[in-house]
Amino acid sequence: MPEINETKLRNATIAVLVDNEPGILARVVGLFSGRGYNIESLTVAPVDEERAISRITIVTSGTEMVIEQIKAQLDRLVPVRKVCDLSIEGPHLARELMLIKVVCTGEQRMEALRLADAFRARVIDATTASFVFEMTGNGDKLEAFTALMRPLGLAEVVRTGVIGIARGTYSLKA
Amino acid sequence: MSATLQTTAAAAETMSGAEIVLRALKEQGVEVIFGYPGGAVLPLYDALFNQNAIRHILVRHEQAAVHAAEGYARSTGKVGCVLVTSGPGATNAVTGLLDALMDSIPLVCLTGQVPTHLIGNDAFQEADTTGITRPVTKHNYLVKDIKKLAGVVHEAFYVARSGRPGPVVIDLPKDILIGQGPYSEAPTAPHRSYRPQREPNAELVAQAVKLLKGAKRPIVYAGGGVVNAGPEASALLTEFVRLTGFPCTNTLMGLGTYPSTDKQFVGMLGMHGTYEANLAMHGCDVMLNVGARFDDRVTGRLNAFAPTSKKIHIDIDQSSINKNVPVDIALVGDAGLTLKALLEAWKASEQPQHTGALAEWWTLIEEWRGKDCLRYRQEGSIIKPQHAIRRLYELTRETQRDTFITTEVGQHQMWAAQYFGFEKPNRWMTSGGLGTMGYGLPAGMGVQIAHPDALVIDIAGEASILMNIQEMATLAQYRLPVKVFILNNEYMGMVRQWQELLHGGRYSESYSAALPDFVKLAESFHARGLRVTRPEDLDAGIREMLAHPGPVIMDCAVAKDENCFPMIPSGAAHNEMILGPDQEGGVKGVTDEGKVLV
Repeated sequence: MPEINETKLRNATIAVLVDNEPGILARVVGLFSGRGYNIESLTVAPVDEERAISRITIVTSGTEMVIEQIKAQLDRLVPVRKVCDLSIEGPHLARELMLIKVVCTGEQRMEALRLADAFRARVIDATTASFVFEMTGNGDKLEAFTALMRPLGLAEVVRTGVIGIARGTYSLKA
Repeated sequence: MSATLQTTAAAAETMSGAEIVLRALKEQGVEVIFGYPGGAVLPLYDALFNQNAIRHILVRHEQAAVHAAEGYARSTGKVGCVLVTSGPGATNAVTGLLDALMDSIPLVCLTGQVPTHLIGNDAFQEADTTGITRPVTKHNYLVKDIKKLAGVVHEAFYVARSGRPGPVVIDLPKDILIGQGPYSEAPTAPHRSYRPQREPNAELVAQAVKLLKGAKRPIVYAGGGVVNAGPEASALLTEFVRLTGFPCTNTLMGLGTYPSTDKQFVGMLGMHGTYEANLAMHGCDVMLNVGARFDDRVTGRLNAFAPTSKKIHIDIDQSSINKNVPVDIALVGDAGLTLKALLEAWKASEQPQHTGALAEWWTLIEEWRGKDCLRYRQEGSIIKPQHAIRRLYELTRETQRDTFITTEVGQHQMWAAQYFGFEKPNRWMTSGGLGTMGYGLPAGMGVQIAHPDALVIDIAGEASILMNIQEMATLAQYRLPVKVFILNNEYMGMVRQWQELLHGGRYSESYSAALPDFVKLAESFHARGLRVTRPEDLDAGIREMLAHPGPVIMDCAVAKDENCFPMIPSGAAHNEMILGPDQEGGVKGVTDEGKVLV
């Protein structure tokens, strides 16, 4: 099939609806490690308590053939209800949540606050010597903000990993 | 588990967990279970003691229980069932489970587990069975709530036999087996998430027929998926091949899906396939893959695999499509139903075939066939292994008995595939994907249990047979008349062959030293032992083996240095096959890239 380029890598953001049962995360992670696929980011949380469904968002990269394999392999796991490659289904939104702690005083403190304001980061904890900012956005934005905080006293960063959803009326249903 | 598992639990009866399991097995049609008892599964053995509906076959090692269930499943089309205890019972089963996963054999394996309150405490004979078996099963379960037990057993059977079949483990803590709970019947509603596509897409079928009708150099390449789709699928394959006039080749797992004596059959393909099959694959312009998975033993070097072909791939497993080889038309569906759709669309289409080109293609194939790549010379005082298999095949045919062949793994396995012919599916049981030495004897046990009156022969090597030799005791206990036909060349022959061809003849650790006396060994296990060393005694030995009503080990001394040809060395293409010393031509040598491949 000539249209498949076997060497060109692409990123894929894959949304997976699964039964929220013990071992499901191990199944998904084991699939990636066992078959040598990349996981760049993985998030999981229940999204439908009543039907016990969780949603996993996986960011991965590979050739078109590998990404097709990843989706097919995920889809044949018994507790997997739906697999959707957000990257090719149409435009989608991807967001991450970051908490970032900056320890600084004096002018640096003012600068950190000004930059946080410009990036629309929220102050969720403050002491006389530190801030904790909360920020959502895509990876680029979080990384840009982190880079700016580094010379100002960056102490700790925690990120959730990417969650994604399609734009428009298209909805992923189990 | 969601609500779909809880069926009409009207007036649910209460019983022990062990009784729930047995009742669910019965409802799922289980007649035989292969197992080995231990502390954690004693409640199940207690329940087995009180009933007659399910027969328990006591094996001598848990790995053998799984292979026996594989033999049973592969030869009947039913789901095989295994029962082992916790800890070492479960870990011993792991090899068999992976074997079943790779060869798509439907199994349900019940494993004992320590009581739920002890899980995670490193209790006696505790193992993280679901953790260990996750990558070697199609799916697995740990039952922690007795209310879900019946539903889990029913679901396990559904998962094992649906889509691409495979092994499923149910881990059963002892307190769940002892506790009291409700029984529920198998659900009639569709499964909430696992619903493999069985019917192919009609539009793609039409496209496939268009491509096939336009083929000038076509080939049909059929694999184990046709066996799994039931005997009707093999009948449909035969009908399709005859209707189209195409040549047909089989993978190792697909042998028997097309009659080996038919003129349109070009033999097995792949690493030890025939010259004509591999060259036809290499030169074809349209390839129809039915239920095979472009395994590396079949394709050889991927970038030189059937370079001028358009490929159609029928597979029930979406993840098998475009995994190794990109295809032009993917027909996801059951092999039988898809062949049926193809046949109907073919008959309905008015597009003419390229009959002239097809005749030319056959002329070329006949030329390749004329090379007689499996020819050997039986001369002198030593039995050639090829000759031993050929005579076994011919003398077996003379008996006109329904014959089932199992094998171990190695040279003898490839010679069996090359020199023993199969006319029907489900008659050939071999460890294809995993290549598990020690598979054949227990698999043969399982086949014989399922077909008590049939002739069951394990074609073995002297090294492989020792890997599960303890099962001779099981044969004796259940009076299973399995014949073990050992091609004894005093070497791990395939290892020796690779060392000769790839490693400068340094035969590192491949000599079978200190072999037992197989005749005495057979006798000590209450079986008949035979030994044949001279070509003139071969037929009499085989006849005596076939005529004996009980289990037999026949130790057949064969040429020690014989290699299995043709051979496509690792990293080579189909048209770079090595032929045997009796044939002209063929390219010798293995590339450096080839040496790293297995």
